[in-house]
Amino acid sequence: MPLLTETSSGLWCAAGGFHIDPWEPVERALITHAHGDHARAGSAAYLCAAQSAGLLRRRFGADARIEAIDYGRTVTLGSVQVSFHPAGHVLGSAQIRIESPDGIWVVAGDYKRAADPTCTPFEPVRCDTFVTESTFGLPIYRWDDTRTVIDDITSWWRGNADAGRTSVMFCYTIGKAQRLLAELARVTDRAIYVHGMMLGMIDAYRDAGVAMLPIKPVIEKTGRAKPSFAGELVLAPLSARGTPWMRRLGDVSDGFASGLMRVRGVRRQRGFDRGFVLSDHADWPALLQTVEDTGAPRVLTTHGHAEPLARYLSERGLQSGIIRTAWEGEPSGD
Amino acid sequence: MRRFAALYDAIDSTTSTNAKVAAMVAYFSDAPPGDAAWAVFFLTGRRLKRLVPYAAINDWTLAATGLDDWLLGECYAVVGDGAETAALVLDQVAVESQGDVPLTEWVEARILPLRGMDPGSQQARVSGWWAQLDRSQRFMLLKILTGELRVGVSQTLVVRALAQTANLPVTTVAARIMGDWAPTAEWFASLLSHEHTDEDRSRPYPFFLASPLEGPVASLGPREEWVVEFKWDGIRAQLVRRADNVHLWSRGEELITQRFPEIAAAATRLPDGTVLDGEVLAFRDNRPLLFSALQQRIGRQKQVAQMVRSVPVVFMTYDILEDAGIDIRGRPLDDRRRLLEERVPSPGVLRTSEIVTAATWDDLAALRSQSRTLGVEGLMLKRRSSAYGVGRKRADWWKWKIDPYTIDAVLIYAQPGSGKRASLLTDYTFGVWDNGELVPIAKAYSGLSNEEIAELDRWIRRHTRERFGPVRHVEPVHVFELGFEGIAASPRHRSGIAVRFPRMLRWRTDKKVEEADTLDHVRKILEGAR
Repeated sequence: MPLLTETSSGLWCAAGGFHIDPWEPVERALITHAHGDHARAGSAAYLCAAQSAGLLRRRFGADARIEAIDYGRTVTLGSVQVSFHPAGHVLGSAQIRIESPDGIWVVAGDYKRAADPTCTPFEPVRCDTFVTESTFGLPIYRWDDTRTVIDDITSWWRGNADAGRTSVMFCYTIGKAQRLLAELARVTDRAIYVHGMMLGMIDAYRDAGVAMLPIKPVIEKTGRAKPSFAGELVLAPLSARGTPWMRRLGDVSDGFASGLMRVRGVRRQRGFDRGFVLSDHADWPALLQTVEDTGAPRVLTTHGHAEPLARYLSERGLQSGIIRTAWEGEPSGD
Repeated sequence: MRRFAALYDAIDSTTSTNAKVAAMVAYFSDAPPGDAAWAVFFLTGRRLKRLVPYAAINDWTLAATGLDDWLLGECYAVVGDGAETAALVLDQVAVESQGDVPLTEWVEARILPLRGMDPGSQQARVSGWWAQLDRSQRFMLLKILTGELRVGVSQTLVVRALAQTANLPVTTVAARIMGDWAPTAEWFASLLSHEHTDEDRSRPYPFFLASPLEGPVASLGPREEWVVEFKWDGIRAQLVRRADNVHLWSRGEELITQRFPEIAAAATRLPDGTVLDGEVLAFRDNRPLLFSALQQRIGRQKQVAQMVRSVPVVFMTYDILEDAGIDIRGRPLDDRRRLLEERVPSPGVLRTSEIVTAATWDDLAALRSQSRTLGVEGLMLKRRSSAYGVGRKRADWWKWKIDPYTIDAVLIYAQPGSGKRASLLTDYTFGVWDNGELVPIAKAYSGLSNEEIAELDRWIRRHTRERFGPVRHVEPVHVFELGFEGIAASPRHRSGIAVRFPRMLRWRTDKKVEEADTLDHVRKILEGAR
């Protein structure tokens, strides 16, 4: 019997008595990171990497039973040894390494190889079976250097400011917003406006010691006579798009920061003025590099373009397979 | 080409119409006229035909990247555009930066000479270029090579930008851009010239288009304010009689004078300096024949004389745009109509479209319900006081067509049929425009004759861009009028709309692909159906 099996609740480790990122409540859940498609409420007990605990607590509330361990420390669960290793995806994101007498598995969760000032960089872990995400598992996905993207964003912001417009950047609340606030700190010291829904998670990042630009909640400006956001950069979650909340921002140019924006048709379907290709996931070359770095003879793919990546790897002599998830479609963390 | 690629990026990175026009104005004011001429050519959706087959670009991309064919196919399925797919995967090819080569030189000295080269030399050149161009220019090159350089601006917007650049009336530029022209520096200069040029002598005016009537007819106000005609099921055309010459232009801006010699002959009796708008109709014994009869004449370039006898045609005119060399489009329709009847007196090959006199909207509704019997497509409602405008202005001209619901859609996918059609590509998927992209709207299997099926099958096999198993993605070229009986919102369809019993009513060989309908239009039909 394999160390991990697919169940209706998600990946299950019988030898260790735990699930990984289950999508239904279970007895004991090991969580790779705090995004909604990986961290679901309702389980009896959680185990995560130390820096993820603050984010999970904000998601699950004070009553949830959350234990955390530092990266690299090993705990014994049932008959297996478990440790968490940096995945470089968002703050506290982890690959979960499981060692049993039959071999070593690593479940990478979501990960990236690009530098990110808001989280610990990815560390390759040698293993026999590597479970990799494949959100962007096609050769069309190849990221530019982050600095180039940040330059594009600042020149868009500057152009909008010159035209008296507000720049509204849609991005995810956990990870992307903080990464932008940290990366932009290299080019400006100006405060950035943020949507109220983002305040909690930005606080959580600050609590963890991540350096970011100062922020101002959009809400603080309202109430005054005719507040103007012209020339400002505003970060907002996608759920705020097209809501009355947007009205106060005046004449806007909107952008979306995501790996999905690599494809012009996707951007046009969504009707964003600008798409900025900034992803917290591995691109195609990084996926291949990572598979190689693990030295794993067997690779299981999940999330996104699992089939083509699995086929590609098997045509190159690796054993490969696919793990289905309840989360098909758009990556929630990007 | 760097400047043109930057223009593309500027147009592509905004959803604001004004910003797009401003970007074009900046380009046209600044670019060398030769480059600007080619820019107009591409921006208005014109294409360099028969350069290299798409399959070749696919193969060269595989060779340059070392990817497998199936993997590139997976990529295409996500991207939905051949040129963009190639450009994205070619990002792995390092750019050896090179000086900027002007667009004119790119097209005339590099791209056009590819025609007729052997495939090996073509590949060597194109792959060599890929290595020299940055991402934006590489994408431009691929778009030009695949003949798919639509950039989310309509011809109307390009015309507006040109008119703004030259400080000319929109109508002047719109007329000059109609019909045949070669993209040269001289042509661009004459396009923006404030002088009347010889070139202008053969040109038609931009066609004024009627909008489909979607609300109740009574909302148009008093019946007396409207001129009502039949909606003819023919080819919309302008007959230009100037400087002792006759030119017959289809709405697709194609010169069709040679195909209808009897019309050209009859038009020589018109006074010089006359331009008529009307419909070419297959016509016998005082009534129109089916459109399919006319289709036999459209495709035919040879043995026209024989066809003149077997399928006689008339030019059913309903408007006069120029009289004694003077543009009279601004005069009220009533005046133009009186003048038209003076200029085209006797009903021969040239004849004026009858005015429908039914006294009330109800009477008209009754008449319209007999449209099929009368051999017409419904009624045209034109405001008595209306000028002959440019493009489609929703206010003065309405087409009140008979049921069923119809749309003009573009053939985008084809796959083999089943049963006795198994070897033929007879199952078609059609798309409508949504922000410059074709979104699938309906699948249809019936409505074409066996001859048309065979012809289309041959065409599809020669113009397949990509295959996904049995499904072929074809070049978006052919427009079909689809009819359907019902329409409903459907979250299961990418368009958000499902149509009931769609079928092909006819192959619109007279329509250009950009004239196909938009998803917005289909949504309006949906609203109207509720």
